[in-house]
Amino acid sequence: MPLMDIFDIAGSAMSAQNLRLNTTASNLANADSVSSNRGETYRARHPVFAARLAEQTLLGDPLTAATDQASAGVMVTGIVESDAPLQMKYEPHHPMADADGYVAYPNVNVVEEMADMMSASRSFQVNVQMLTTVKSMAERLLSMGQ
Amino acid sequence: MKIGFDAALGVHPAALALRARRTEVLANNLANADTPNFKARDIDFKSVMAAQAEQQSRAVAALRTTHPGHLASSPMEPDGDLMYRNPTLPSLDGNTVEGHVEQAEFANNSVNFMASLRFLDGKFRNLTTAIKGE
Repeated sequence: MPLMDIFDIAGSAMSAQNLRLNTTASNLANADSVSSNRGETYRARHPVFAARLAEQTLLGDPLTAATDQASAGVMVTGIVESDAPLQMKYEPHHPMADADGYVAYPNVNVVEEMADMMSASRSFQVNVQMLTTVKSMAERLLSMGQ
Repeated sequence: MKIGFDAALGVHPAALALRARRTEVLANNLANADTPNFKARDIDFKSVMAAQAEQQSRAVAALRTTHPGHLASSPMEPDGDLMYRNPTLPSLDGNTVEGHVEQAEFANNSVNFMASLRFLDGKFRNLTTAIKGE
């Protein structure tokens, strides 16, 4: 039944946006995590979203999945680290400074992360609202004829 | 006079099922609002209902298959009514979901769903009244 599938769709989107918020929180928390070694410095992480096809759902009925080509929700295919250059700051008195006096700061763009955070929370809200609407529709449907 | 659920309920069960399906398609668009390269999809309610009405009026003249090599005639494509939405503004990541458009369509669709439900509810009430004869 289509209406009940929406709970799954909205749930997948909410968990995806939640993961996006998590990575944003991690990036912002580590925005100033310095390291003297470039290889060990924290790098901004971002999730990769992909549309989940009906055939890929665990509960997907192969009969209906074959006829319904519409995708069913979102999935996170992985988390990638940003390959933007690290911020090298000249701080010779810093305890973590390297031989040349440079400290490697993470490549986290705080402005970008804040914008990402707002986008993720708005998308999460949209899905919650959608779920509320669908719930009232389903309730109304169940009380039909009474 | 024809008596039966199909005759009594008319077009409303089909409309309700289509509305429910459209809700799923629109929900999927909203869920994928941040997915790169996702293309928003939608069902043209009017054309699907028209096709269904035409099919009903023709009383479904299905072709008989007498040989395994014969192609089965499917009167209606199960997925052919699912179309892609044209975005008003192209997005850099190839996503064609526009939050405001989808939300408006979703709200519109859920109101229409409620309307179909109410019509159907009324039909059932009529049937109950007829059966009871009160």
